[in-house]
Amino acid sequence: MQFVQLLISGISQGCIYGLMALGFVLIYKATETVSFAQGELMMLGAFCALALMTVAGFPFWLAVPASIAAMGLFGMGLERAVIRPILGQPAFSIVMLTIGIGYVLRGLVTMIPVIGTETHQLPVPYQDLSFRLGALVLSAGQLVVMLATGLLCAALFALFRYSKLGVAMQAAAQNQLAAYYMGIPVQRLDGLVWALAAAVAAVAGLLLAPVTFVHANMGLIGLKAFPAAVVGGFSSLPGAIVGGLLIGIVESLSGFYLPEGFKDIAAFIVVLVMLMLRPNGLFGEPLRKKV
Amino acid sequence: MRFLFKTSYAQDLRLARHGGHVFWYGLLCLALVLAPWVVQEYWLAQLSFVLIYAIVGLGLMLLAGFTGLFSLGHAAFLGVGAYTQAGLTGIGWPFALALVCAAALSAAAGWVVGLPALRVKGIYLGMATLSFGFIVEELFARWESVTGGNAGKHLAPPQVWGLSLESGTAFHFLCLGLTVVCTLAVLNLLRSPTGRAFVAIRDSEISAQSMGIHLARYKTLSFSLSAALAGIGGALYAHKLQFISPDQFGIMQSIDLLLMVVVGGLGSVHGAFLGALFLIAMPQLIALGKDWLPATIGQAPGLQAVVYGAVLIAFVLFEPMGLYGRWLKLRTWLQMFPFYRRGMFKRQRSFQKSERLR
Repeated sequence: MQFVQLLISGISQGCIYGLMALGFVLIYKATETVSFAQGELMMLGAFCALALMTVAGFPFWLAVPASIAAMGLFGMGLERAVIRPILGQPAFSIVMLTIGIGYVLRGLVTMIPVIGTETHQLPVPYQDLSFRLGALVLSAGQLVVMLATGLLCAALFALFRYSKLGVAMQAAAQNQLAAYYMGIPVQRLDGLVWALAAAVAAVAGLLLAPVTFVHANMGLIGLKAFPAAVVGGFSSLPGAIVGGLLIGIVESLSGFYLPEGFKDIAAFIVVLVMLMLRPNGLFGEPLRKKV
Repeated sequence: MRFLFKTSYAQDLRLARHGGHVFWYGLLCLALVLAPWVVQEYWLAQLSFVLIYAIVGLGLMLLAGFTGLFSLGHAAFLGVGAYTQAGLTGIGWPFALALVCAAALSAAAGWVVGLPALRVKGIYLGMATLSFGFIVEELFARWESVTGGNAGKHLAPPQVWGLSLESGTAFHFLCLGLTVVCTLAVLNLLRSPTGRAFVAIRDSEISAQSMGIHLARYKTLSFSLSAALAGIGGALYAHKLQFISPDQFGIMQSIDLLLMVVVGGLGSVHGAFLGALFLIAMPQLIALGKDWLPATIGQAPGLQAVVYGAVLIAFVLFEPMGLYGRWLKLRTWLQMFPFYRRGMFKRQRSFQKSERLR
């Protein structure tokens, strides 16, 4: 029973890693860069919802879509302002750029007097609810996390499978130049992808907020989502979720069964093992250039 | 403007290209030697830090700037060096022997990390080094019998041949000497076949391979050498602070080191020094600027992070060659004075090159 309980908490934590990893994968697929600012975008999303609810007095169900939309716009603006000018440069410069963006966002939030340095609680309506299922205790927060992740995955799947936009994104992800020649506005798509990634990050932030509270350093959890993306394969959307779940479960189980200290690095050990066994991840397609 | 007409291969290999180099670098060395009698104790300590970070920066520059492999966990090597030095001098080993061991152990750690570098590339390598950094940091925190855990570990001032280097001046000379040795070593390495192989790997792995360069050997070698330099830097760092704890060697330190080489200018030895100078000078400049800003902004805790991030963004966007690139442009402008064209250093825009296909 305890095992199942641990499994469930691992899965709900893993969903959050998976959502974060989804953001990495979206950006990686489209622009072949890795955004180190993803965790900070998540933090910003949570703060945005917090501000909407406590300062502007929005009800919860309005604040959530509003903050997701706001983060989407923010992501698009970010791409337009700083990422686009250096497209075509080596991937490493964009990585450094996103590290810089992360620093700035975290610093700016910290700089807001009083609010920035403290820990806040996002007033969610399902805060104290929990269900009993035999000997299992399921908190409403965990259920909401799993449910929301499932819905978001379905929505993304539908977007990529059935909409023209999603197909265009796939085309651009496979070969930017060819997609450009086919009349796909690659640059505008990049902006949309960043918007999508920022919105997904905001969802992750909102789901994480009741668990860890809202504070300026909550973005550091993004570092745990890298392993999730790598394990799943950096170029596979379902892989990101599977990787996230795997990391979450491993972390939860190692926290209980292994000596203290293993919980924090379990994810990274999994990554190293993964890179040695299958450098392309579980779902990554091995690509090779033929000369 | 000076024109150099090379008439022999020896001329092409010379460390100092012309008399001007000898003069100016000699002057710089002289200034650094005379520094203890000119500057105050505090600034001398900062200068020592610049030299220490320059050694680490040289190592990372070798890896990131010249071989094109990026390490997001470089602080771990720094930590391996620091803890080795602390442990060995703690049980009474002489300074020099402990330093060699620190460098050797870091190099061994670098070799281990270099192994995955043979299979993975780009961001996957970043993840591997990041994971290594996290694991080592946790190891430092948990292996209490050796590292003292989170409580940290104290070091005695270094003893060189029975001579205690407790004073700032003596330590400054130690750092200066090691920096000069490391710089000469790196410069010589870079003009040797090994250094050429590193640059070839950076520019194109496929063409390097087809020229007969053993990729695996040179990549692990690059990691080891880079880690060894970081280990030396770490040992000096531990002695300078006389106290080390695991959180000094975390992800933030790794990112600081990357920031250092990027701001200094990737792919130039000058860049390592300029970056180190920048990294040490930045907090001072921010502290100075604080007094000018209104109190609500100046005293806010996040100011330093914002400035660091903004500087990083500005450099990547506007000056990818870093501080050294800025200096190159200034020098070229001065040399060609009325004839400098604006577009001389302009980057070519290109479609993104896929890193997935390699």
